[in-house]
Amino acid sequence: MTTTETITWHVACQTADVPADGGACALINGRQIAIFHLARRNEWYATDNQCPHRQQMILSRGMTGSVGDEPKVACPFHKKAFSLKTGACLSGDDYQIDTFAVRIENGMVYIGLPA
Amino acid sequence: MNTQNNRRIVVLGNGMAGYKFCEKLIAKQLGSAIPFTLTVFGEEPRIAYDRVHLSAYFAGKTADDLALAPESWYTDNNIQLYLSDPVIAIDRDRKEVRSHHGHVVPYDYLIFATGSSAFVPQIPGVDKDGVFVYRTLEDLDLIRTYATKARHGAVLGGGLLGLEAANALLDLGLEAAHVVEFAPRLMPRQIDAAGSAILQRRLEDLGLQIHLNKSTQQLTGDGVINGMQFADGSLLSIDMLVISAGIRPRDELAKRSGLDVHPRGGIVVDNFLQTSDPAIFAIGECALVHSMIYGLVAPAYDMADVVAARLTGTEREFQPFDMSTKLKLIGVDVASFGDAFAEGDDCRTVCYENKAKGVYKRINISADGTTLLGGILVGDAAEYNQLLQVCKNKTILPPDPEDLILGNRGGEDVPGAGVMSLPDEALICSCEAVTKAQLCHEIGENGQTTIDALKKSTKACTGCGGCTPMVKDLIQAVQKQQGVYVRNVLCEHFDYTRQELLDLAKINQLTTYGAVLDTLGKGDGCEVCKPAVASILASLWNENILEKDRAPIQDSNDRYLANLQRGGTYSVVPRIPGGEITPDKLIAIGQVAKQYGLYTKITGGQRIDLFGAHVGDLPAIWEQLIAAGFESGHAYGKALRTVKSCVGTTWCRFGVQDSVSFAIEIENRYKGIRAPHKFKSGVSGCVRECAEAQSKDFGIIATDKGWNLYVGGNGGAKPQHAHLLVSDVDKATCVKLIDRFLMFYIKTADPLMRTATWINKMEGGITYLKAVVVEDSLGIAAELEGEMDALIANYSCEWKAVVESPALRQRFTHFVNAPTLKDPTVQFAPMRDQIQAQDWIR
Ligand code: SRM
Ligand SMILES: Cc1cc2nc3c(=O)[nH]c(=O)nc-3n(C[C@H](O)[C@H](O)[C@H](O)COP(=O)(O)OP(=O)(O)OC[C@H]3O[C@@H](n4cnc5c(N)ncnc54)[C@H](O)[C@@H]3O)c2cc1C
Ligand code: SF4
Ligand code: FES
Repeated sequence: MTTTETITWHVACQTADVPADGGACALINGRQIAIFHLARRNEWYATDNQCPHRQQMILSRGMTGSVGDEPKVACPFHKKAFSLKTGACLSGDDYQIDTFAVRIENGMVYIGLPA
Repeated sequence: MNTQNNRRIVVLGNGMAGYKFCEKLIAKQLGSAIPFTLTVFGEEPRIAYDRVHLSAYFAGKTADDLALAPESWYTDNNIQLYLSDPVIAIDRDRKEVRSHHGHVVPYDYLIFATGSSAFVPQIPGVDKDGVFVYRTLEDLDLIRTYATKARHGAVLGGGLLGLEAANALLDLGLEAAHVVEFAPRLMPRQIDAAGSAILQRRLEDLGLQIHLNKSTQQLTGDGVINGMQFADGSLLSIDMLVISAGIRPRDELAKRSGLDVHPRGGIVVDNFLQTSDPAIFAIGECALVHSMIYGLVAPAYDMADVVAARLTGTEREFQPFDMSTKLKLIGVDVASFGDAFAEGDDCRTVCYENKAKGVYKRINISADGTTLLGGILVGDAAEYNQLLQVCKNKTILPPDPEDLILGNRGGEDVPGAGVMSLPDEALICSCEAVTKAQLCHEIGENGQTTIDALKKSTKACTGCGGCTPMVKDLIQAVQKQQGVYVRNVLCEHFDYTRQELLDLAKINQLTTYGAVLDTLGKGDGCEVCKPAVASILASLWNENILEKDRAPIQDSNDRYLANLQRGGTYSVVPRIPGGEITPDKLIAIGQVAKQYGLYTKITGGQRIDLFGAHVGDLPAIWEQLIAAGFESGHAYGKALRTVKSCVGTTWCRFGVQDSVSFAIEIENRYKGIRAPHKFKSGVSGCVRECAEAQSKDFGIIATDKGWNLYVGGNGGAKPQHAHLLVSDVDKATCVKLIDRFLMFYIKTADPLMRTATWINKMEGGITYLKAVVVEDSLGIAAELEGEMDALIANYSCEWKAVVESPALRQRFTHFVNAPTLKDPTVQFAPMRDQIQAQDWIR
């Protein structure tokens, strides 16, 4: 079974606003979205800004990196790491964060949120 | 035999044994054509959790952290789970159970895993408000709430659990916590009178008040407890009481259903855990097996395994279990193993007692001196795992068995004392029944060389955690045996140790993370190597840590030049060298704190911390502090923290040197220099040592001839006194030696290793360090001094750099698309006349 989900694109910021191999947080429709630019891989990701471990609005300030080929971000509080592709927790806990589509156009970052 | 008809299992109780039974059954029936259908009834509202670490709930662990498996595990494995729904009746003829909510479920096999409840003696007044037991998360919630308005608490029962509960009362902030014990000693089932006396003194040092030989006659108070009255006529006034007087097996339902139960409690089962009804089993603390109740988790898990094995076709008997235990109390080690009290002709006892240090050790040895029967350790249980193994495996003892507790004083290694000398079948993790052979196999053949990996593959270390140190030793030993030179390489992205990486980065003149990764590593980096490389680059070049590509590789604190707090705000600590501050500067700090609504506190490092700053306010706060003459205090960095001072000759009638001036000089010299971990110092003006210099990474104490320099002290969880490096040297020599010492540390220590650990792990220890630093045995002293000079010359205040750079400043916002908006989720709670961070949302 395939499910289709309609998403709406929102402009978040300029590409230069997000530090290379770092993250930034944008407020979109009242929701805090963490945006990551993995410059070495030329990839962009967006997730919840909230870390599910202790409900801290912080993931955009986390450290990006990879485990094997999987891009990830580690929360600054207790170092729980999450896959930027799937949002799954990679440190053995049963947490899951939402991930969102990202589109780059004319130096602007767009985030696709479920409509 | 495996028909649809005998595949229905109902489990009563979703506690530790009940959960383990499900887990074992699921694992053992993997791939079977007709799986069992499992229904679990739990009386508690929460899914099974780790009761052994219940007290960790007070230390910040949540119910989720303690859960043995997530709720999804039950669904994923097709287990029908009913919570808050105890079974209240069993119809053994129809083979059905009926629950409180009216669910009627048929079974082919029924498993009692109903555990036990706290035994509450019938003392008049136990029904008063303020009287609690210590068994479930709900109990702890009630205790926590009540404790906020209580000041004096007591625990009835000085056993293993009672002491744990008493410690929890202290942690909850009660002014006084009493332990009331009926017996003449503490932990009467585990330790002897001499051990108890030492333990009592240690606990009193921790702040517990111990009352032995006390028979409680009644609890006083009008509806609400206000005291305890004892048979000897004495009174103790308290406003809350936790009862920890033993356990009572939950056998009431079994009894009502006509199963055999023991008059003193417990569902009677045979060695296969079968009750008087062949379709019904009992496991864990509700079961009476070998005529006893095993009140520990390891035997409960083994019982679960025996029954799960039986139902999936392998028969095994439950064997008498070792009841050795180690107390988890913070601050005092207590352990007993094997036959702890052995006495008489068949036994020789060796005791060691050091009242000054609060250590007591006893081992009981067979009359012929060959085997260890059991023993007791109080105050220092470092040898517990090793002794337990020697005891369980009946390993032949060395000629001088006392070496086992006193350490070998002859110089050679004690035969039989290393992990590798244990037999293959030695149970290393008794909770999960993992043997040495299994672990060695996973480590050696499958390359599982981390605790996390072994947790996943063998489940060792996942129960009580007591075996973790031994498993670590095994990892090292197996690797060594394989000829693997155990190098502490950084992580999957760098195949180098920190020291190698530092040398390579230096030779190749690398100044950015990108360059280091391109030249020496692979992949994209991670939260382990990024801060380590950041520290190396800072230690090599001392350039602003946020410039080039270096901001995103800093640990969160360094990245924002402030300490991240619960809730997402930051703390600001300006440098106050030597702890000396002018009234004007104090006023400036006060003004900033007022303007930005910050909580202020004098720190343990003789300076002032301002807490609760929004990330967007940081640059403006620093700007004002800098204008008042402050700089960054690097409280966030793996860098010099504080140089504590005492007043010395400037005011003190005993002072022999000017310690304040020297402390300020030292602090200004090394400020901003980054190292593998933070480092601290102190300067005392005389031997009275008011600056606590001997607990610092390097400490200086004035003598009438000059200064004594100490190195490698540490506070923290494992406090350690510093070693004397040189005595009676003048200031210039002292500084030169510190330069060398610090630079040698910076260049060779592993990431996040304090100087104390660095010296502990160094081959040759302090003697070698002295040779290198004082006698220059490696001929590198001039180089080390030169490198330190270069770092010092490159110092600049990194707050100032941000304040003055619009590009750096711009990164200090919460929302990129709304830079002036503060994070609306940040909340504070009132705290006396100030604020505090809101508690974690659970
Ligand atoms: C603020 C302060 C407590 C206070 O209110 O007094 C403090 C606060 C923290 N300490 Fe500390 N320590 C403070 C003095 C100490 C002392 C006492 C001293 O320095 O004389 C010690 C023991 C001495 C020592 O270090 O050997 C101390 C031993 C630790 C340790 C254990 C280090 C170890 O070697 O085991 C940590 C954990 C770590 O660094 O990994 C730690 C970590 C922390 C952290 C940074 C935890 C963190 O990462 O969030 C705390 C930051 C709180 C915050 O949000 O700002 N803190 N900490 C003290 C700041 C002193 C200052 O002015 O800079
Ligand atoms: C504070 C504390 C510290 C401890 N420390 C240690 C330690 O360091 N080392 C160690 O080995 N052990 C320790 N223990 C003991 C260990 O927790 C127990 O041995 C273990 O939990 C026993 O497991 P169990 O499944 O038999 O009982 P439990 O874990 O108590 O589970 C029984 C469950 O069955 C439920 N139940 C009862 N009746 C019914 C019914 N009719 N229907 C449905 N459900 C029912 C109960 O509510 C409970 O949830 C400690 C215990 C406590 C309380
Ligand atoms: S300030 Fe230090 S001792 Fe206190 S809670 Fe934080 S890390 Fe622990
Ligand atoms: S809040 Fe993110 S790891 Fe704890």
